Amino acid sequence: MSALLEVRGLKKYFKSGGGWLHAVDDINFTLDEGKTLGVVGESGCGKTTLGRVILRLLEPTEGQIIFEGEDRSAPSKKELVRMREKMQMIFQDPYSSLNPRMSVSELIMEPLLLQGKLTKTQIMQETSKLMDLVGLAGRYGSAYPHELDGGRRQRIGVARALALNPKFIVCDEPVSALDVSIQAQIINLLLDLQERLGLAYMFVTHDLSVVKYISDDIMVMYLGQMVEKAPSEELFVNPTHPYTQALLSAIPVPNLSKRKERIIMQGEITSPIDPKPGCRFKDRCRYAAPECGEPQILKETSPSHFVACCKSNSHN
Amino acid sequence: MNETVTWKKKSRMGETWRRLQKNKVAVVCLFIILAVFLIAIFAAQIAPYPYAKQDYSSIYSPPSREHLLGTDQLGRDILSRLIYGAGQSLQLAIVSTAIASIIGIVIGALAGYYGGWADNLTMRFFDIYQSIPMFLLCVTLAAVMGPSLTNATLAIGISMIPGPARMMRASILSVREMEYVESAKLVNASSAHIIMKYIIPNAIAPLIVFVTMSMGMNMLAGAAMSYIGLGAQPPVPEWGAMVSDARNIMRDHGTLALYPGVCIMIVVLAFNLLGDGLRDALDPRLKN
Repeated sequence: MSALLEVRGLKKYFKSGGGWLHAVDDINFTLDEGKTLGVVGESGCGKTTLGRVILRLLEPTEGQIIFEGEDRSAPSKKELVRMREKMQMIFQDPYSSLNPRMSVSELIMEPLLLQGKLTKTQIMQETSKLMDLVGLAGRYGSAYPHELDGGRRQRIGVARALALNPKFIVCDEPVSALDVSIQAQIINLLLDLQERLGLAYMFVTHDLSVVKYISDDIMVMYLGQMVEKAPSEELFVNPTHPYTQALLSAIPVPNLSKRKERIIMQGEITSPIDPKPGCRFKDRCRYAAPECGEPQILKETSPSHFVACCKSNSHN
Repeated sequence: MNETVTWKKKSRMGETWRRLQKNKVAVVCLFIILAVFLIAIFAAQIAPYPYAKQDYSSIYSPPSREHLLGTDQLGRDILSRLIYGAGQSLQLAIVSTAIASIIGIVIGALAGYYGGWADNLTMRFFDIYQSIPMFLLCVTLAAVMGPSLTNATLAIGISMIPGPARMMRASILSVREMEYVESAKLVNASSAHIIMKYIIPNAIAPLIVFVTMSMGMNMLAGAAMSYIGLGAQPPVPEWGAMVSDARNIMRDHGTLALYPGVCIMIVVLAFNLLGDGLRDALDPRLKN
């Protein structure tokens, strides 16, 4: 089976104060239908930008985006319209991603109205079906987003994303703005929808416990680069990149008798503006060595486990 | 799932009106303004005398049955002049505000939406524009065009353009960056759709408030223009002009300046308080 989405050498640079900010630097991955790719990394590592570039909310600087076997790197207007019916996004903040001047039903039916394929009655029916699907009671149809709580608002966002029947959804930290109790509801909703509709997700987050629960594969990003990518189980059992190890050591263990070593990172984050070749993590890495100044190459250390660290053999 | 579902639409206007009604001060102000409008429209029917009718047998007469507020130095009925003056003052306020707002909003919206060098150029031009004191600009423009109420209105309208323009630009800039605009792009909304459904409805609220408040401000500016002789010319009874007419005899007949002054104050205050009320009513986050 060919992959639903393939990204090759994707780069996005922003011009910034006399240099180029490497927000996304040479990212490669493939995603199969119905699977979830978790993307983790700290704030400012380019994970959100990556999602936006794939959806063409931002123009890529370089690289290829291949969706359903077709190259969609430079789409025409028409192609873009067709492409967006298949690729959607769930936004981070359900408070700022919904137009406050539109009611819930208007928000959900808007994509269908703009598509212009269905009649008014069909759209109405489709809208109530969507509300049903995401677990929004029909009585909220005429409410405005500000009248609802964060969880319900995020359900509106999910319904909007689903309206055009997409195959791939970028979830840009869809739960980080929500209360913990509601986070679980939304994540379960997303998993449930994936099962029913066969959706593929790119799940961008900085919450490691969430990403473990939802992802098939996990990609760890650091300053625009992919430093490690592995199946979810494998990554948590056998983290290989020093950055991944430090990240995973920060997950609290809900068990008082069990203690684990906490890796505290030291040193400063390298500037993402015109970074030097070589490992971008080396200033904070406890295994740093002279050869870390060389460009790092992504290696497959075990089946489908990739890591970009020249010391990965010695420190494990 | 066969029922046909319809959601009744709560209109934005209705909602705003419902919330405005809860603000007693704003409602009273709205009624004052409406009353002044009605008085201005039906001035000829309400006023007991024509505004320029002089009666030399009763100059400076105190309030009496014939002249409820007395007469002025030319024996003209003050109440009648105030009633006719309402129309002149309101017309000045409305027309000058309309000129400033329409031109300003269009320029500001274009600058804000398209950004780049056009935006930069416009804003630097307004910087220069606003470095000239507003009243000096008004006076200069009116003096060049010649003293009349129409020219004073134009002058005020033109010199007020930067206010709404800057405000519209700022408002659009902040709305343009919101995530919901991106979410509209993702469902293939056209630029026209985004502007009409997303940007304008979300950016216009502060402008409505601003426009209401500048009505009061412009009325005051018009009165000041009339006071220095660049606005309404005698015998036209604009309120500011009436204060101006009374200025030489203010020591002996202070009421002549007081009546139109109080009228100006009440209407300007009403516009400002209504603007305040509207601001609260238009903000959906101040829900009650």
